[in-house]
Amino acid sequence: MTAAIAAPAAPAPADGRTPSPIVPPLGPVPRAKQPTASERMLGSGLRVLAVRRPGVPLVEVRLRMPFAGTAPAHPARASLLSNTLLTGTERHCQVELAAALQALGGELHVSVDADRLVVGGAVLRTGLGDLLELVAEVLTGARYPTREVTGERARLAERLSIARSQPSVLVGEALNRRMYGEHPYARELPTVEAVSAVTAPQLRRLHADRVRPDGSVLVLVGDLSPARTLDTVEAALETWGGDAASRRVPPLPPVVPVPTLLVDRPGSVQASLRLGGPALPRDAPDYPALQLANLVFGGYFSSRLVENIREDKGYTYGPHSRISHGVAGSTLTVEAEVATEVAAPALLETRYELGRMATLPVRQEELDDVRQYAVGTLALSIATQAGLASTLAALSGVGLGLDWLREHPRRLAAVTVEDAFAAAQRYLAPADLVTVVLGTASGVERGLATLGPVERG
Amino acid sequence: MPRASLPAPAYPLVHSVLDNGLRVLLAPDRTAPVVAVAVYYDVGIRSEPEGRTGFAHLFEHLMFQGSANLEKLAHFRYVQSSGGTFNGSTHLDYTNYFEVLPSNALSRGLFLEADRMRSPRITEENLANQISVVKEEIRVNVLNRPYGGFPWLLLPPVLFDSFPNAHNGYGDFVDLESATVEDAADFFRRYYPPSNAVLSVAGDFDPDDALDLVREHFADLPAREAPPQPDFSEPDLDAERRKSTSDPLAPVPAVAAGWRVPDPVGRFADYLPYVVLAEVLADGDASRLEQRLVQKDRTVTQLAAYLGLMGDPLDVRDPTALVFQAHHAPTATADTVLDATMEELDRLATDGLVPGELERVRARILAQVFRDVDPVLGRTLAMSAFQLVHSRAELLSELPALLAEVSADQVRVAAATLRPDRRAVLELTPGGGER
Repeated sequence: MTAAIAAPAAPAPADGRTPSPIVPPLGPVPRAKQPTASERMLGSGLRVLAVRRPGVPLVEVRLRMPFAGTAPAHPARASLLSNTLLTGTERHCQVELAAALQALGGELHVSVDADRLVVGGAVLRTGLGDLLELVAEVLTGARYPTREVTGERARLAERLSIARSQPSVLVGEALNRRMYGEHPYARELPTVEAVSAVTAPQLRRLHADRVRPDGSVLVLVGDLSPARTLDTVEAALETWGGDAASRRVPPLPPVVPVPTLLVDRPGSVQASLRLGGPALPRDAPDYPALQLANLVFGGYFSSRLVENIREDKGYTYGPHSRISHGVAGSTLTVEAEVATEVAAPALLETRYELGRMATLPVRQEELDDVRQYAVGTLALSIATQAGLASTLAALSGVGLGLDWLREHPRRLAAVTVEDAFAAAQRYLAPADLVTVVLGTASGVERGLATLGPVERG
Repeated sequence: MPRASLPAPAYPLVHSVLDNGLRVLLAPDRTAPVVAVAVYYDVGIRSEPEGRTGFAHLFEHLMFQGSANLEKLAHFRYVQSSGGTFNGSTHLDYTNYFEVLPSNALSRGLFLEADRMRSPRITEENLANQISVVKEEIRVNVLNRPYGGFPWLLLPPVLFDSFPNAHNGYGDFVDLESATVEDAADFFRRYYPPSNAVLSVAGDFDPDDALDLVREHFADLPAREAPPQPDFSEPDLDAERRKSTSDPLAPVPAVAAGWRVPDPVGRFADYLPYVVLAEVLADGDASRLEQRLVQKDRTVTQLAAYLGLMGDPLDVRDPTALVFQAHHAPTATADTVLDATMEELDRLATDGLVPGELERVRARILAQVFRDVDPVLGRTLAMSAFQLVHSRAELLSELPALLAEVSADQVRVAAATLRPDRRAVLELTPGGGER
């Protein structure tokens, strides 16, 4: 599938501004060549997507397996599984596996979240066949040796305690709990206690139940021939089969307005502000409008939020808002780390900018700017092997792929000021968002209380 | 993997120098309709004056606050409304500014860089604003988090004596607040002439057309004399040095050790074995220290070994160091970890590498080089730094062959130099005590 797709025609002048006598105008919109790709559904139920993107002689690999679970012990088991998947098979111990990967110029990393388990990495193109053999060996024969599991369990517990000493992790957990209660998305990071209770036999059982090709997607991007690569994959992963014990993530509960939650972290020299609420998934008809409205508000550097609380007021270094996507639903999050003494004014300005988005339409010029930014940065993000591989693996989790990427510039081009306003009214209204502040409570509570009710948590 | 089968990246490079001394580097690559523009100025943290710690970084912020023809905020808006991204960063020996853009914005990107090379618009108001922003940056990256500045800000004062090498490059708040518009004007005059910079452009363009555009935007910038390149060298340690610091936010202890290494530029061939050594020690589960400290002794939860305090092995000048760092169990002491590390270094120095070890580490380094330069920006930054620091952008393509020439014996000899009496150690203890 090779076709030249142009980015949407830009309005004149191309960046939507009054032409400057000095600043050079943009040239004609360049056309990107679409990559050649082939796809195959294997008999095992594994979907394989191979995309040719030469450049450097590497192949990027992402194997994404559905890995949701509702059992309270699931996050701990899933986390430890991801840390021990590569610690030994019948044929190779942990060090031998790692050395074999290195010799191929390869690396593999395993990560897990509330939706999926991903085995990802890259390899010199000359080593792809051998890398796939090693991957197959791990998928069909990971042993979870008791000694290695015990060691990794202690390390994971310690890494969790380090993670939970980071303000960004603590406030993120508090926000997710405030929005989503007991939903798996609100307890993605396991507790140390839960991790300490996980045993090697439990990991072997979880692997047997869930590390299965059915419903999984393997994405390969790089200096490869798509058709031949599919054959290589099919041969290498021939022995990987079996049905997955599938679990669905329950849909996200509705976010209900609640008082601002203040979490005390004595000694903090900054307050971590978070506001959150629901957002639209990527395939929703109104998603492009919401994507652009979010950019205008706080989704890029030239946004209202950054220009206000950073470039005008100097309250913060890197404020931003983002939309993140899970299988069960999407979330809009606003983040800012601000000096303790300006926590309340920074929250006030943030809500002011949200309120402005929700009550007044954006200017055409602002919309054209973010549209150009969204189209340009989408192209940049998939111009690399690693970027395209990760994007395709993420999209595959919700059944989207190259077609969605190809069509998205056209959808962005169609968004009007009215569309963006409607999306902002629905998703950026400050009254509908949940607010959490983490910091030195004694230093911020009085100020925050002047803006509305505050609960301590 | 036999050496001959290892591929090498090959990018054509076109060099020019404008009459005002600006070095220009073009790397055409027509595979995707994107371009990257980078300007590297030969001034970094080590050049900032005493009493003005953090100034090089603060000045980097000021370069985004408006320029000869542009109001504040205009730079960001012009880049982003073209569909591009931008940033800048301050290092020990240089400060860089860069954009990635759709190829139809090349002329605009060059204009934006030329306009601030002509004259940044530095006002009292913008200075005060960016001092506040930088203080929040330091709070978020250092003061409000555990292990903030560990070890890149905390180890240099143990490892070095002179102000340029030892001081805190993020800056003391008192120094930052003392900065004046006049300081900034002086700093610009001294360190930001065209002759003290490298301009690199990579991506989708015809090199002749691009050079015309570069001349159009940069050729009329007046020439000013570049400052002499300072000598920051200082003697190696003659005895072990130790310092301990308490981190009230940290849940577990950590330790870092640094050893001086050969001049990365003047003795490049002697330096490269240390780059390989760092990978032998700490890259992946098959590395020496992962096997010993994590898998066997189980005293360490995470570790790293790398060249350069900022993890910048090939874009730093002398003096620099090989750094080892580890988070360890509260039940272990820093000395338990360091002693085991020394045992492994001794073993390496005595027995050398095992068969296959050099080849697999070399393959890994090569793959990592490729991965870094696949993005047009990564390529642009790498070749700019090679040009500025090593006066040789071609290292981008030559590096794999140079690394392949590093012998097992050179790695063994390098390991033998990492002795306890040459190291600087920083112990970080969790909780309590000083802030």
